[in-house]
Amino acid sequence: MSNPAQQVGSVRPFPLWAAVVPAVLLLLVSGFFAVGLTRDPHRLPSLMIDRQMPEFALAPLSEGRQTLRNEDLVGHVSIVNVFGSWCIACVAEHPQLIEIARSGVVPIYGVDWRDEPGAGTAWLVRYGDPYTLTGVDADSRLAIDLGVTGAPESFVIDTGGRIRYKHVGPITSEIWADTLLPIVRNLEAEGS
Amino acid sequence: MKHLAMALMLFLASAPSMVAAYAQEPEFDPKVEAAAREVGKSLRCVVCQNQSIEDSGAPLAADMRRLVRERLAAGESPDEVRAYMTDRYGNFVLMKPPVQLDTLLLWLGPLLFACLALAGWLVYVRPRTQIAAAAEPLTEEEQRALARHLAEGAEL
Amino acid sequence: MLNEIGLYALIVALLVAVAQSSVPLWGAAKRKPRLMAFAASAAVGQLLLVGAAFLCLVAAFATSDFSVRVVAANSHTLKPLFYKISATWGQHEGSMLLWVLVLSLFGAAVAVFGNNLPATLKARVLAVQGMIGAAFLAFLIFTSSPFARLDPTPLEGMGFNPLLQDPGLAVHPPMLYLGYVGFSIAYSFSVAALIEGKVDAAWARWVRPWVLAAWCFLTIGITLGSLWAYYELGWGGWWFWDPVENASFMPWLIGGALLHCTLVVERRHTLVNWTLLLSILTFTLSLIGTFLVRSGVLTSVHAFAVDPARGVFILSMIVAASGGALTLYAVRARDIEPGPPFAAVSREGAILGNNLLLLVATATVFLGTFYPLVIDALTSDKISVGPPYFDMTFAPIMLLVAALMAFGPLLRWRSDDARPATQLLTAPAIAALAVGIITSIVGKSFWGGLGFAFASLIVLGLARWLQARTRLGKAPLRQSLTMARAFPGATWGFLGAHLGFAIAMFGVTAMSAWDSEEVALLKRGETTRLGSYAFRMESVETIPGPNYEAQRLTFSVVRDGRADGSISTERRYYPERDTITTEAGIRPGIFANLYVAAGEEDPSGGFSVRTNYHPLAMWIWLGGFMIAGGGLVSLSDRRFRIGAPHRMRAAVAAASA
Repeated sequence: MSNPAQQVGSVRPFPLWAAVVPAVLLLLVSGFFAVGLTRDPHRLPSLMIDRQMPEFALAPLSEGRQTLRNEDLVGHVSIVNVFGSWCIACVAEHPQLIEIARSGVVPIYGVDWRDEPGAGTAWLVRYGDPYTLTGVDADSRLAIDLGVTGAPESFVIDTGGRIRYKHVGPITSEIWADTLLPIVRNLEAEGS
Repeated sequence: MKHLAMALMLFLASAPSMVAAYAQEPEFDPKVEAAAREVGKSLRCVVCQNQSIEDSGAPLAADMRRLVRERLAAGESPDEVRAYMTDRYGNFVLMKPPVQLDTLLLWLGPLLFACLALAGWLVYVRPRTQIAAAAEPLTEEEQRALARHLAEGAEL
Repeated sequence: MLNEIGLYALIVALLVAVAQSSVPLWGAAKRKPRLMAFAASAAVGQLLLVGAAFLCLVAAFATSDFSVRVVAANSHTLKPLFYKISATWGQHEGSMLLWVLVLSLFGAAVAVFGNNLPATLKARVLAVQGMIGAAFLAFLIFTSSPFARLDPTPLEGMGFNPLLQDPGLAVHPPMLYLGYVGFSIAYSFSVAALIEGKVDAAWARWVRPWVLAAWCFLTIGITLGSLWAYYELGWGGWWFWDPVENASFMPWLIGGALLHCTLVVERRHTLVNWTLLLSILTFTLSLIGTFLVRSGVLTSVHAFAVDPARGVFILSMIVAASGGALTLYAVRARDIEPGPPFAAVSREGAILGNNLLLLVATATVFLGTFYPLVIDALTSDKISVGPPYFDMTFAPIMLLVAALMAFGPLLRWRSDDARPATQLLTAPAIAALAVGIITSIVGKSFWGGLGFAFASLIVLGLARWLQARTRLGKAPLRQSLTMARAFPGATWGFLGAHLGFAIAMFGVTAMSAWDSEEVALLKRGETTRLGSYAFRMESVETIPGPNYEAQRLTFSVVRDGRADGSISTERRYYPERDTITTEAGIRPGIFANLYVAAGEEDPSGGFSVRTNYHPLAMWIWLGGFMIAGGGLVSLSDRRFRIGAPHRMRAAVAAASA
């Protein structure tokens, strides 16, 4: 068929590479999507790793009970666990914490986040108390200082009081055995 | 007795500060409030992640709002308050992504696209002016006829 | 029983779709009429089967059959029937079924109404449509079956989010799907044309109304979504640049470009290549949107329960469908004859300019939406891109689009001198500039003035166009009116849609530049002031609702010293779900909305109350609906059905001789 455009002078034909560009772009974009499928967009990386635990002095869980301060975390490896009586996943995690406490490997300190007075105590009475010391963070000051976005979250602190690892979500027995325990052991070896 | 009275007076004198210590909100200052809302709108809620802390109903957002107001009332600038938050949560909490090396493409992208579009126009479309003109210059008569034709037909 | 029938219907539909994808292609290649005609029967059959499956699911929801997993998860006996039915598409599986239903609906429409299409083209179009249908049916059956059973059957469902029980929200997904699934037709036609190796007049005439219809529905869907967010969510916002919002906005932008392109292809038979590419891109963006909502790669308030496994499936479909089509394009597109030439300054040129601008706008939204993903993949940093980025980058592009919108229609086809058009626009431009300057000074906002100036330019440009076309002022009034009445539907559509765009632009500008807000802690009897309004909290009542308990705060409004009625807002507590929502009190007005929302109750007995003044807010959605309305009026143009072939073809032939 005759090409009317050619009769009057050809419009510049577009080169092959231009025709291929859209397909190439699509592959590139799909590549990023594929990688994106392996990531969790909700998870924020922790900025507190290798930084000193912030200064804090939490209110006691109940009258007369000893409270938690950052000085308590120095001198030994420890785990700080952020929980709340309103947090369902914390109930799921709690037996594992009790187990860890019973094994005596590492002390666990509890931060009762955003709880009414008395609620934390009642919850610990009901589900058990694995914590060496506990304190209440009623207005999220410590939580914000730690970059907490939800409960439960746990931090592994070294002998110098520095945050070395953050775990978001409940601690299961696999996570304890495969991830946290090795870290604790390393830090103990480091500290001694 | 005198000591007891003294103790009682001291206790009463310290009462207002105790109330202040327990009071959750700092004093209401309209200028601070306005600045706090601006900062609040520029920070992303880390729980729901698609609202600012100003709009979010999450409890953590409420605590963050209070923190923002306290720090502004204490004299910090909005940028300093934002820096406090990004220091702990990262750049994710900023609604407006920072301009840094790895966001250069993001910020320059639109300009780049516009330049590409302009380049495409200049290379593929503009040369047509010569072609169309060379193709068929319409005579006066034809132009008028065409104009009439177009106007009558109310073409679209 | 009905449930299993639904499942079997889907399975048979899949088999039919597979047949529809292959047999007609073979028939077209070998020129066998009966095999080609099979496509139409298959397409209709597919619609009937998928339709039956859909009805089965609706029945399950309507009867609260909690033995079906999705019903148990998303419905509740206490829900009103309307919302039980709309819950059918309120989750991933059901909405996916709706997606496939709309796909098969469009396929069947081509089958039934496409009698004047060449047999080979029709066969190929339906085959491609069948391929997409087959892929999504497989996805449904194997990864997301809506008919999966739940054992043991619970006594009550879990689906009781009060936010989702709303008429606007119920209708919003079907509108959206009619929109971006409707673009599949353009895609199928383009792929079929690439397979054929040619694009003729029938192709263009066919594609245009379908693209227009799909785009109109998408416009309605997006407008409804924005309106719903405004009155339901209690934040007073109407657009958040949320990833899922952007997922529907990008096909709208590119679909708008495609729409104008199909106009050029039909009228002038040029820009064909470009139109093929845009059709593929538009549907690709629809698919990417589907991927985004269901795979969980980005966080969004809208996202369905996410499952990366499903994401892998959809991504594979995107690579196959879009990658395949684009590869075909790379190989075949340059063999398609270019159409008659046109000058840079011409209506074709203006439309191409509009396309380039919309492409830049789409690319910008795409970049902002997916950049966090790129950063996450390449570095360990995590950023988020929020409204400030989009507002800064998107707005300037839209201003340019507005300018072109005023200028383009005044140009003639094929080749024009810019001067007559510029002359026509001089008076409107000066007036628009005046509007802009006055607005910036009085409103103390540069961007406000700028937005108003460009929106005025569009309106005044339209008025000028109308005046020139009807020779108003130069001919007797009656003659002008006669000419106006002779306008075809497409012209009224153009006027209505562009005017709607301008109105929306006024609304968006006003809301961005001049909305004001006050937050106060109020107890009964106290007053808060907002501009010239004063709101006095008169009462706090506890009001029981059907499934909630509300605290209603009523305010008396005083404006400039005179009483101006009252406005109430509620804070509702839903015990079943342990959630609290705010029902904002909205007083809509032509020039501004008053918006009052109650916040938390303070221990001291006061409430935190937010009052907003929203200037020209209603214009946003009015404009949106006008755009869609204009498009639908265009569709009613008889020329689409009769084809207006002769005059156009003769004109084209004369022009290219």
